[in-house]
Amino acid sequence: MTTRYTKDHEYIRLEGDTGIVGISDYAQAQLGDVVYVELPSIGKSLAKGAEAAVVESVKAASEIYAPVSGEVVEVNGELEATPGTVNEDPAGRGWFLKLKVKDASELDALMTEEQYQEFVKSIS
Amino acid sequence: MLNRQGRPTAAGEAGTNAHPTFTGNKALAQIEPLIFEIGHHETTGVDLDEPEAFTPRLGGLERKEAIGLPGLSEPEAMRHYVRLSQMNYGIDTGLFPLGSCTMKHNARLNERMARLPGFSDVHPLQPVSTVRGALEVMDELSRYLVTLTNTTTVALSPKAGAHGELCGMMAIKAAIEAKGEGKTRNVVLVPDSAHGTNPATAALIGFTVRPVPARDDGWVHVDDVKKLLGPDVAAIMLTNPNTCGLFENQVVEIAKAIHDAGAYFYCDGANFNAIVGKARPGDLGIDAMHINLHKTFSTPHGGGGPGSGPVVLSARLAPFAPVPFITAENGVLTLVEQAKDATEQPFGRMTAFHGQMGMYVRALTYMLSHGSDGMKQASEDAVLNANYIRASLADLFSQPFGDKPCMHEVLFDDAWLKDTGVTTLDFAKAMIDEGYHPMTMYFPLVVHGAMLIEPTESESKASLDLFIAALRDLAMSAKKGETERFSGAPYHAPRRRLDETRAARTPVLKWTKPAPFAEAAE
Repeated sequence: MTTRYTKDHEYIRLEGDTGIVGISDYAQAQLGDVVYVELPSIGKSLAKGAEAAVVESVKAASEIYAPVSGEVVEVNGELEATPGTVNEDPAGRGWFLKLKVKDASELDALMTEEQYQEFVKSIS
Repeated sequence: MLNRQGRPTAAGEAGTNAHPTFTGNKALAQIEPLIFEIGHHETTGVDLDEPEAFTPRLGGLERKEAIGLPGLSEPEAMRHYVRLSQMNYGIDTGLFPLGSCTMKHNARLNERMARLPGFSDVHPLQPVSTVRGALEVMDELSRYLVTLTNTTTVALSPKAGAHGELCGMMAIKAAIEAKGEGKTRNVVLVPDSAHGTNPATAALIGFTVRPVPARDDGWVHVDDVKKLLGPDVAAIMLTNPNTCGLFENQVVEIAKAIHDAGAYFYCDGANFNAIVGKARPGDLGIDAMHINLHKTFSTPHGGGGPGSGPVVLSARLAPFAPVPFITAENGVLTLVEQAKDATEQPFGRMTAFHGQMGMYVRALTYMLSHGSDGMKQASEDAVLNANYIRASLADLFSQPFGDKPCMHEVLFDDAWLKDTGVTTLDFAKAMIDEGYHPMTMYFPLVVHGAMLIEPTESESKASLDLFIAALRDLAMSAKKGETERFSGAPYHAPRRRLDETRAARTPVLKWTKPAPFAEAAE
């Protein structure tokens, strides 16, 4: 199981050829209490870096970008009713969407867990 | 500590020991229910005779139940609205340091002029021949706005800042289309520090926004702009002075680069109040700029009155100015209402009528009563006041771009609060306890925990000194670790701190009748 991170604090966790996309623990802490999540429709094709979802907290509204190109195969509909899950368990139950990864080599450009932790340290 | 008469000697202690009141009122701070909750079915302020028996002709559509209009006696109605008005905080009750909002004094002279029957009683559909005086005011105001900005023409009708942005950008779009570049030029450059309305305006009319990244010094650099320029760029939207309270020191070079690339320069004029009489935006190379009469020229806003956002246009954009506009025919002013009657190419119309007439009168009164020297001094005093606050707090607060002079507003970040356990939000809430409206918080977004303070020229030195002393006292408290003063603030306001998370997650969007009312309506 590989998890990769973007500079915009999204993670993608690969399970087979499907990537589970969410936001990092650092991102949820910076956002503060999440109050609203807008998810894409299933079947939507996303290019790497395209807007995939929207997360709104008491502080700000932010876009979630697709870490790699792919097609949306599943979304975490529960977040619409209980957006607080993103704060409670960002890496687990607080996932946003599942992407059918188009080109696995795009993952190589993203940060590993270790690199991401370094990155977070450098900006905080 | 109690004094000999048993009265607490410090203000803070009075509140701490207070017994919660039976009514929920806090002495003069009275709580006030909605008017629908205090009205009674059987009460009325006027005696109306019972209608005589008659046969309704509504074909069975008569109302079957009481509709629940509140019934109040005249004293009850009077108390209701007076109490509500007392819950307000406005520029007439205290210093209003909200950055980027320019809450300056609204002179009573402006109000008096706006209430002259010749201005207050005119109707937009009146024949033009009966409103020559009003047209004269609009024409004179236009002339002053064009002179102060050194531009070619002005579109008066936009109703506020963002509406003015839209007007200016639509003029730019019309100019691009007239050149046959409508399909290719579809990108607008917007700095990261811009007002959120800038990218929203560009996106609304179909442009793609390309952000100009923020720099550590708070300025937009011409080199960064040049890197983003290309044949696809339609315009830049730049705020000057910018939202960090700094004058864009490369603005002339930026304007030149933009023009060399065949694009247009939209200037967000929200902060024009800092440079009136000191610099003319036309000299800086702008093509379009909205002017917030409700900020720069002291017409009421923030609940006190409507905004008004005229847009000045350079010679390159003037032909595309929207209708209506004023022209002189044989020395007599008249309005051009239809694009087909214009000799130029108006892009269309922004408003049903002519804009905020009352605001035009107020703004022109402000201009005439101040004169060119007075307006210049107002800009200077606004900048001086902001810098007085900056210098007086510089040892306690942190400035994101170093210790350098600001324009009309001073920007602090929250680096100085690090490890105190107090956030910008907590600090702002504690200011409410001290009787001040908080400053602008968390904007601009490019600065962490931003606190943006704009005192305006309206405040005296004594008023600024008290404000500074209050902020210093709070800052020292935070640094000493007195977190309680902040975490629970406001303590003394009619309402305590709101649960923002709950309000956003489970908003109550519909008023429901409280039980006693429902019974009374039976």
